[in-house]
Amino acid sequence: MKKYDKIVTNAVGREVPTIINGEEHIPFQGVGKYKPTGRKFAPRISSCADFPDDGNKQINSLKEALIKSGLKDGMTISTHHHFRNGDLIANQIFDIAHELGVKNLRWYPSASFPCQEHLIQYLEDGTINRIEGSMNGPLGRFASLGKMKGLGILRSHGGRYQAIQDGEVQIDIAVIAAPTADPFGNANGVNGDAACGLLGFALGDSEYADKVIVVTDNLVPFPAIPWQIHGNYVDYVVKVDKVGLPEKIVSGTTQITKSPDRLLIAEITAQFCEEAGLIYDGFSYQAGAGGTALSIGNYFGDILRKNNWKASFIRAGSNKYPVKLLEDGIVKYILDGQTFDLEGIRSMRENPGHINTSPFTSYNYHGKGNFAAMVDIVVLGATEVDVNFNANVVTHSDGYLLHGIGGWQNTLFGKTTIMPIPLFRDRIPVIRDEVTTICAPGEMIDVVVTERGIAINPLRKDLIEKTKDSGLPIKTIQELKAEAEAICGVPEKPNLSDEIIAVIKWVDGTVIDSVRKVIED
Amino acid sequence: MASKIGTAGNKGKGIKSDCYVEFEPKPSGGIEIEIKSKVKTLFGKAIKELAEKVLLHFEIKNVKLIIEDTGAVDFVLAARIEAAIKQTIETDKEFLLPQLEGNTNSTSKETFRFSRLYLPGNSPKLMLNAGIHKPNGLILDLEDAVAPTKKFEASFVVRNALRNLNFYGAERMVRINQGQKGIEDLAFIVPHNVNLILIPKAESAEDILAVNKEIERLKKVYNLNYNIWLMPIVESAKGVIKAYEIATASNNIAAMAIGLEDYTADLGTQRTTEGTESFFARSMVVNASRAAGIQPIDSVFSDVGNMVALAENVQKSKGLGFDGMGCIHPRQIEVIHKNFAPKEKEIEKAKKIFLAFKDAEAKGLGVVSLGSKMIDAPVVKRAQNTIRTAINTGKLDKNWVENN
Repeated sequence: MKKYDKIVTNAVGREVPTIINGEEHIPFQGVGKYKPTGRKFAPRISSCADFPDDGNKQINSLKEALIKSGLKDGMTISTHHHFRNGDLIANQIFDIAHELGVKNLRWYPSASFPCQEHLIQYLEDGTINRIEGSMNGPLGRFASLGKMKGLGILRSHGGRYQAIQDGEVQIDIAVIAAPTADPFGNANGVNGDAACGLLGFALGDSEYADKVIVVTDNLVPFPAIPWQIHGNYVDYVVKVDKVGLPEKIVSGTTQITKSPDRLLIAEITAQFCEEAGLIYDGFSYQAGAGGTALSIGNYFGDILRKNNWKASFIRAGSNKYPVKLLEDGIVKYILDGQTFDLEGIRSMRENPGHINTSPFTSYNYHGKGNFAAMVDIVVLGATEVDVNFNANVVTHSDGYLLHGIGGWQNTLFGKTTIMPIPLFRDRIPVIRDEVTTICAPGEMIDVVVTERGIAINPLRKDLIEKTKDSGLPIKTIQELKAEAEAICGVPEKPNLSDEIIAVIKWVDGTVIDSVRKVIED
Repeated sequence: MASKIGTAGNKGKGIKSDCYVEFEPKPSGGIEIEIKSKVKTLFGKAIKELAEKVLLHFEIKNVKLIIEDTGAVDFVLAARIEAAIKQTIETDKEFLLPQLEGNTNSTSKETFRFSRLYLPGNSPKLMLNAGIHKPNGLILDLEDAVAPTKKFEASFVVRNALRNLNFYGAERMVRINQGQKGIEDLAFIVPHNVNLILIPKAESAEDILAVNKEIERLKKVYNLNYNIWLMPIVESAKGVIKAYEIATASNNIAAMAIGLEDYTADLGTQRTTEGTESFFARSMVVNASRAAGIQPIDSVFSDVGNMVALAENVQKSKGLGFDGMGCIHPRQIEVIHKNFAPKEKEIEKAKKIFLAFKDAEAKGLGVVSLGSKMIDAPVVKRAQNTIRTAINTGKLDKNWVENN
């Protein structure tokens, strides 16, 4: 089977394959253009008569659970990244698959982390055919050099849910590592040594996968409350000694950036939002977890306090900073998609206004709306932005896969999307003539804020008008690009082959760009 | 300097926007350049071309050159390569990139010097973004912030930075070394449009005159006609006693600063937050500077994490009569500007006096009066100063008279 075939040019002018790993895919057609019809994918009918009356679904080992789930060649295995770099389960799954001689698996993680470098051997020997999910660090390098047997597919968190819902990806076995679970399979992320806050990334998998295995190191008697994952979807429960490494799951010390340059960017971003009238009593924003984004959130808090206003909700990535705003009454709700520190987890446990969300409520493309579009201000990073405001978040300027998409594409649907980014990083200018990989079309990005000036997308005439007399350093994106190049020089293009190693999906499941193989020096 | 391999620059953990260069002259074999760089894909070719240009300039034909780069820009790369070359061969040549447009402007004696940010002369990573924090002056430091073994290579970085670093409107300042080494530093900075030179540990008029003598010599050699201002730093008991002598040593002295770390050490005491131990010295510097008609500038505040204490310190400093203060972290700049800036009430009063003066002038009146009060000349002068300061610190629009 060819990895890919039938290349066409899509609506953003990029060449993308329409046959990927033997299956048909649709090229990107424009934002909001592709609306598939028909019915959603449905999992097999199950009967409670097949499950023990006492509700005890416990199995002795993960291996046994995988065998009982019918693990075999060519299956799709899903895992989730709520343990981030402290995950201990994904590696074990494929150790077992390798031991059983199973081949050609599709690994469908919600994200991969450097701790999964261990899996490179299985990508090499054919146990795993391909990753459909983010590929960072060593896995990104491996994929970028064209060494993966199948073609990689990168999706956003919302896109992952979309692919599950419309049947583009049919999960055979979902393995949900849980900080706390009961023998029936109810599970949550707020209690236990490996507490990570919430399990939202696994929700869709629990509902749609053929077999669902919950693995925990904190087995409690029924009922495990809150039941973020419902045991009614779960086939087997496995108790292990340790599901994750707590110190790598959450940080005890999320900190606002100390870098004066990043603080300056944060300050300018907050000033811009204030001048443009984007902050008001009842507004909402997306709080990132990076140092700059945290600092912006703090400035937003100052502006709210100064005016005696309240934010209606923060969409987070929660940690101690949004929690403080919540507990001080400056913010009414935190709609949390991912919890980053111990304070966030404590708050999730204690505060009724700290809400556990999933890609279903926040990002779902096949839902009847979602709240991503209701957020007033969205603050996001990017590895590159081009002069047409197209943005890249997955590849480094040298062509290597560097980050996953995460919720990045989904949150772009907020009312105003702002990218606070340094104009250059270690001599590498961020604003380019053309981004290496298009992860979002320029129409989705409203403002780029750098330490040397602010560029507003010409489509946002309202923002241009509102800030024209603000005294803020408003420049064109071409001016910013020229400024960076005057300091750094004009970079060469990365050394890429024509060969495609992965594709990037838009939130609707269409293919927005291809990632090419990097030619090593 | 005649070692077999010349080296310059920094490498290792935490080093960014810099490079480490090894230069090994060979008897034969041509030019071999090895580049290890994290930006090799995007700038590898540019780095190689620049290295070849530098080698050609110094007529080097056989060499092994290793560049370990962490994203250095051209002027840093060139400085490192030149410093490495000059450790192994004697030459009077210099490799200079075309000077940045805008790095040739002059400043005046009265230029505002509320804040001046120290930048270690051998740490390029701190330089590129320093100006965007809008200090009144940026000091490229050749003295205490550079390790003794790095002084030689730092001179090239500082020279190139004066020419090619964007200062974003900040005054281009250099702190030279003490004594004879400081005199030698001048050849690296005087021909390259430095605006102001800080002379550390000044203790007598002779210290100033020795610097000026070399500046004058260099100005003749290079046929330069721009002003170079001096800011002596008084950092010892003796310097404080001689403050007036130092302040009046020459007419290109624009300001005089006090350095309290060394001064308190010299007194045999500790520096405290309330600063009782330095009250006399600070007052001496203010008094001597005012008597000499130059700006008195306060010492740096070293607790970079404590902005509240900094603000209090600045207000105290302003109260003592200082016109500015040093900073060692960009986040201190705004606090310094805000607290040196005149208060709303001061500005409102100054505006009234200023307008009354203009009015009197327009009517050809010799006496200025506000309401029933007569206003003396020094009051008018102070009001004018307040207005100037308010405009400069962004507290007052520069077209306020028209918009009034």
